[in-house]
Amino acid sequence: MSIPYQDETFEAREVVEEVTKLSAEQLDAFGAEMDAIRQRVIADLGQADRDYIHNVVKAQRAFEVAGRALFYLPPAWPLAVASLSVSKILDNMEIGHNVMHGQYDWMNEPGLSSRQFDWDNVCPGEQWKYSHNYIHHTFTNILGKDRDIGYGILRMDEDQKWHPYYLGNPVYAFLLMVFFEWGVAMHDLEVENIVSGKRSLDDNKALYPGLMKKIRRQALKDYVLFPALTGPLFPLTLAGNATANLIRNVWAFNIIFCGHFPAGVATFSEEECEDESRGHWYYRQILGSANITGGKLFHLMSGNLSHQIEHHLFPDLPARRYPEIAGEVREICERYGIAYNTGPLHKQLGSVAKKICKMALPPKKQAD
Amino acid sequence: MSTTLASTVGGRMLRSRVVAALASPHGVDRYLELVNPMWAAEEVRARVVDVRRENADSDGAPVATLTLQPTSTWRGHRAGQYVQVGVDLPDSGKRMTRCFSISSASSLPGEQIALTIRAHDEGQVSKYLVSQAQPGQMVHLSQAEGEFTLHESAATPTNNHLLFITGGSGITPAMSILRTLLRDGYDGRAGRKVTFLHYARSAEDQIFAAELAEIAEADNDVTVHLRHGDHVFSDFELRRLVPDYRDTDTWACGPAGLMELIHSAYTADEVLSARLRTEFFKPPRVATGAAEGDVSFDRSGTGAANTGATLLEQAEALGLTPEFGCRMGICFSCTSRKTEGTVRNVLTGAESSLPDEDIQICVTTPVGDCAVDL
Repeated sequence: MSIPYQDETFEAREVVEEVTKLSAEQLDAFGAEMDAIRQRVIADLGQADRDYIHNVVKAQRAFEVAGRALFYLPPAWPLAVASLSVSKILDNMEIGHNVMHGQYDWMNEPGLSSRQFDWDNVCPGEQWKYSHNYIHHTFTNILGKDRDIGYGILRMDEDQKWHPYYLGNPVYAFLLMVFFEWGVAMHDLEVENIVSGKRSLDDNKALYPGLMKKIRRQALKDYVLFPALTGPLFPLTLAGNATANLIRNVWAFNIIFCGHFPAGVATFSEEECEDESRGHWYYRQILGSANITGGKLFHLMSGNLSHQIEHHLFPDLPARRYPEIAGEVREICERYGIAYNTGPLHKQLGSVAKKICKMALPPKKQAD
Repeated sequence: MSTTLASTVGGRMLRSRVVAALASPHGVDRYLELVNPMWAAEEVRARVVDVRRENADSDGAPVATLTLQPTSTWRGHRAGQYVQVGVDLPDSGKRMTRCFSISSASSLPGEQIALTIRAHDEGQVSKYLVSQAQPGQMVHLSQAEGEFTLHESAATPTNNHLLFITGGSGITPAMSILRTLLRDGYDGRAGRKVTFLHYARSAEDQIFAAELAEIAEADNDVTVHLRHGDHVFSDFELRRLVPDYRDTDTWACGPAGLMELIHSAYTADEVLSARLRTEFFKPPRVATGAAEGDVSFDRSGTGAANTGATLLEQAEALGLTPEFGCRMGICFSCTSRKTEGTVRNVLTGAESSLPDEDIQICVTTPVGDCAVDL
């Protein structure tokens, strides 16, 4: 079964109910309040932010070294896997994702600069920055533009036209979860656009060398060199490294899917977003994102993507600032009557799972 | 010993491809630095081992000499070269990088170096290093850079007369060359003269005063002329000291005012003498009177009328935050793509109209309309 053509995927939106309830003036005033938060945090950036990210990096490196070392003790295998998983999760989420957003560029530190950092993941940071920082964060939840809606393989919105292919929605989602880092790496190749003819294979040629180089390096490290260094324990170490990558994949997939797919998160049409004001852009970011409630450790391990709303409002502010501004953002949203979608992990995950299954089936009533 | 770790077998191992593959994608140094900041495989860092005030009696800007012990990755320097120094400024959490000439004699790999720094009022890095740096703390270094060097050595004497003209803290690279000559056995017996002409604000502000007096005293054919206060450079005086100065190998380093005077003294019939080598501490100021055209920054979709300032400053004035480092055209951190228009390099005065050209925006001003991919 083939993926349906992209141009058939999205139906034009006829009526816009939940959007633009605010007047242009209200949106401007709302945008000004958001700008004020941003200015205040930027003026306050300093040593505490630097110390924070340095400490996270230190912790990540310590978990990484401990994990690699513990593979020499076969009984400690589960501990080694756990340690390496924590390392990879911290590396990809609180460090990698946030550093590559340029959240720490103001420190002028080459090792934590968005221009130089790369993560412990088969997706080359350079390619991810384009599809994520530019495409996804600029065109958040605009159907037909934001390729993160369903990642080109899933049906995640009612306005995506149903096709028998989508009966496999839950299976595809499961596979994407298991192979998430590979999915992220392949995301930039825009396979769905190649199938639909919008993109040619030639367009991807420039991406292959960087992608292959990164894949080779990651595979060499995790599946050849480190296992080889443990000598006779090679198969155990190999399995451990693969398991750590899998755990990271599952965790990252679940956190990320809770960011934009729980029930109540809005999508937008291109027309709604033409010449949009700064205020409307903020408004769209809030309606298009969902938070997850939890404790400090949970926020750290989710790279503060549990504050997806704050992250989408201010993607370049250091993520440790999101919890501290979340209360204020929520209060402002309440004043303007803007829905602020948040809930515990199990609720958001349940909602996402329900949507994945629901979207697999054709709509019950065809709108005329 | 930890400091010699990477210089030996361990160093070669740390720089091997296998270790690089194991440390991918972050690199070996990102791990080593967490264990011991003096361990490095590629990067250069240094520990401050001594801070000495040079002009304690002066009421002018304080000057201090910092002695640094670099990591074993330091490849050494030729006398006259400079180094980029990065400091993590406390409170702001920012790393600031500036260039400083090395004042000590040439160094071999891993050897100590000294920087002599004047704390400029507006210079965050120099002020911090002079007044707050403490023995034991770490700074980030580049490898030594620059061509303001002496290509002869005391061991291979020639008859060339060497002339150094310096002003203020511009004395540092010349001092490094002079110290290297003397350390390596220069004694004047080869018949090569060295003339050292220096301009300082006041006698109290004269750095290296005692050492220079000693050098002048010694029987070594080095002539030291120190000029203090309002005594400005003139080609008339220079001609008296070195009659054929335009045909003498000259190293000049100092503030912009002095450098302009030296430039014109070495220019005859509109031709600048090839014997003059110069080093700037700050890029010369650009006249902002005749700025024309519009500057546009394509990626951010902003633009404004050309103010005549550098593209980096104009971008920052519009709220952009392009990457930069030295802000004086050395480190190439700020290199950006100019898509169209004519620009002038303020260091060289060279104009260029090539499309899609990589330029250093910190030392480039637009000449008329100009578009940059920022």
